[in-house]
Amino acid sequence: MQTEFSKEQNLLRDVVSRALRDKSPATAVREQMASDRGYDEAVWQELCGDAGLAGVHVPEAYDGAGGGAVELGIVAEEMGRTLFCGPWFASAVMAGTALLEAANESDRQPLLPGVADGSTIATLVLDDLNGPAGVGSSIRVVEDGKLSGTAAMAVDAHVADLLLVVARGVGGLGLHAVQGGASGLMVEPLQVVDPTRKLSRVAFTDVPARRVGDVTREALSRIWDRICSALAHEMIGGAQHLFETTVNYTKERYQFGRPIGSFQALKHRCADLLLEIEIARALTHHSARCLDAGEGEPYVASMAKAAAADAYMSAARAGIQLRGGIGFTWENDTHLWFKRAKASEVLFGTPAIHRERMMTMLEGAA
Amino acid sequence: MTPDQIRREVSAWLDANWRVDRPLVEWRNILLEGGWAAPHWPEEWYGRGFTLDETAVVAEVFREKDVVPAAQVGPRGLASETILACGSDDQKGRFLRPILTGEHTWCQLFSEPGSGSDLAGLSTRAEFKDGKWIVNGQKVWNTSAHHADFGLLVARTDWDVPKHQGISYFLLDMRQPGVEARPLRQMNGHQSFNEVFMTNAEVPPEDLIGGEGNGWHVAKTTLSFERRGFSRRVRGSSLDGPKQGPIYAEYEEELRIATEPYTWYPQREGRVDLVLPRARETGAINDPATRQEIAKLICLYTGARLASDSAEARRKAGTTEIIPAGSIGKLAASVIARQASYVHTMISGADAMLSGPDSAADGIIAEVLVSVPAISIAGGTDEIQRNIISERVLGMPKGYRADQGPFRDIKRNA
Ligand SMILES: Cc1cc2nc3c(=O)[nH]c(=O)nc-3n(C[C@H](O)[C@H](O)[C@H](O)COP(=O)(O)OP(=O)(O)OC[C@H]3O[C@@H](n4cnc5c(N)ncnc54)[C@H](O)[C@@H]3O)c2cc1C
Repeated sequence: MQTEFSKEQNLLRDVVSRALRDKSPATAVREQMASDRGYDEAVWQELCGDAGLAGVHVPEAYDGAGGGAVELGIVAEEMGRTLFCGPWFASAVMAGTALLEAANESDRQPLLPGVADGSTIATLVLDDLNGPAGVGSSIRVVEDGKLSGTAAMAVDAHVADLLLVVARGVGGLGLHAVQGGASGLMVEPLQVVDPTRKLSRVAFTDVPARRVGDVTREALSRIWDRICSALAHEMIGGAQHLFETTVNYTKERYQFGRPIGSFQALKHRCADLLLEIEIARALTHHSARCLDAGEGEPYVASMAKAAAADAYMSAARAGIQLRGGIGFTWENDTHLWFKRAKASEVLFGTPAIHRERMMTMLEGAA
Repeated sequence: MTPDQIRREVSAWLDANWRVDRPLVEWRNILLEGGWAAPHWPEEWYGRGFTLDETAVVAEVFREKDVVPAAQVGPRGLASETILACGSDDQKGRFLRPILTGEHTWCQLFSEPGSGSDLAGLSTRAEFKDGKWIVNGQKVWNTSAHHADFGLLVARTDWDVPKHQGISYFLLDMRQPGVEARPLRQMNGHQSFNEVFMTNAEVPPEDLIGGEGNGWHVAKTTLSFERRGFSRRVRGSSLDGPKQGPIYAEYEEELRIATEPYTWYPQREGRVDLVLPRARETGAINDPATRQEIAKLICLYTGARLASDSAEARRKAGTTEIIPAGSIGKLAASVIARQASYVHTMISGADAMLSGPDSAADGIIAEVLVSVPAISIAGGTDEIQRNIISERVLGMPKGYRADQGPFRDIKRNA
């Protein structure tokens, strides 16, 4: 199994990082988070249409770049670093992964290429965002394959052309394709803590849908793992950004006639944070490599998600605390990352849920 | 070389040379002439310039064939690495061979009652008189000093320059009237470390290493090896099970004496390996709160191992970034040990009050609980590692210093 990034992967990181620094500066983040749609369509076209960032993990047969979880992670990490606003996570990571892991071959062909080249904006709708066990509790297949029920929260559903919905039918859980704007579909934007990632409540009342694949327990677990690994990468990118800017701030800010970074209380907090981030990063990169190789501990993604979420929150708390009053203002950018950290901590399972998931995989249920 | 090539070569050599009826020292001399005693050392000094991975392959073949390796246990590794890096050819010629054959054991004479973290604030005095160095002063916490033949000694040779510039580094013969080691009892009941008194102890000029006044530089070399060792195991490789042949008896006796101060070292690392077996045995594996803490421990342990492998790989690839793998690895080892100790306590519950052979895991768990505090002190405290990480890696500014100017004028412990 791979243990380091290849030359091509490092190159991918450089290209993505440069593009995002250019297209997603904090000013753009602030503009998009205040908008209803939440993203800039011209930037979306450049990054996903032209540069192919929504298809890095999609096989070439479906017009993707043929990479895997590692490439997806690299893009996610850079997106998290700049707090990129747009439906990349919903469409490429969530919906793309669901199609790859659960859709029938004949249904992938018409759906996946559009997701891979950014021309379709898709999302995955789950009626539980805490853990795979709760999925299928509300949304059901009713007569004629139509869907009824509610997803309390769905990522970027307000802009989705295609909603992939996991719903319970007679034959168990299935993946269902629903067109944006379908009759009986109600998408209601929600007020959120992290305005850089939009959530909506999605209600289905006899919504016409097409079943595109079965979602077995194993498939749902694989989907969950891949999404969590990508989300862990996104969190590591954000944690790293916060960490670097915070350490730099302590070198510039003077109190008591000296830079605050010379105070040991702050130095030691930063050293501990470095260690926490290094460990979480190692677990995160490991998770993607294991998923691609089909090797490693069965709970790699849960280790990554739990560790990255804790490290991101540690970096976020330190980011505010070490800046003092300015850190608590709306004007300072730190809170944007703090809020992303908070929302990502609980999306697809809190650290505690993932630690219990690890233990269940390792030792069986308690 | 590929692992297979190494395997073939070392196996062929062992088939021709290894015999169980040779005296231990004679065998090790053959081993080092053959270049298999320390394959990671340079070719001109008994080695083959192997990487650590290549060396691990050699060690594996030795274990498979029950072959007695070169002497490894204890601070002798610090001595050989320091001498290899900073010693003269004459010193390498005299000291390296008996380290590998096991004829000499070593100890580290760095810490003093008045200066531990502030190693450069040491006040043991060495003066050059009548063609030799005369040493007076006291060292403390010196592991294995009670049976060591030589000591890695730092002492002050100039009191009129800033503290780091007045230090020299010596290879001290411990078997002389002016050196006395007294064992100290530790909080876990073991007696691994000592206090060492030097009263007009003598060092010949050829045993000054790195040059007069250059001791701080040499000491930093020793310390960086020491920190790196903390992420790995310090124990010697005992051959499993009883083996027939005179050489094994001699080897086991050597290990018994040399490893005696280290029997509790695995316990100070927290015995992560015992966590799941103990949790199953006690039923604590079904307690949700304990499961959370075990999972945290697994994440820390797995992540730290992966991070250190990756740092090692990047260093091999010749990265230009600063990776103080030693300091980060040492701090990680402390964090892991503390979490493991916390988890062991949760698992044992009230039974954690007991110690001795009738207590959990034959007394091992009790020993974990009272040994873990050492890992964040020995080899440089956690606080010192955090200083190093924040200043060297993160480039955070140094704080106010009260120890500049001639050493003579600096405030220090009485
Ligand atoms: C099991 C064991 C084995 C050992 N073996 C050896 C050996 O073989 N040879 C040898 O020479 N030594 C050995 N040592 C000694 C060890 O290196 C020292 O104990 C250690 O460096 C700390 O020094 P000190 O004990 O003087 O504590 P001090 O330096 O007095 O430290 C006391 C406290 O102050 C803190 N502190 C000190 N300076 C700073 C600072 N700048 N910033 C923040 N906090 C600070 C420390 O972190 C610590 O918490 C051993 C110690 C142990 C526990």
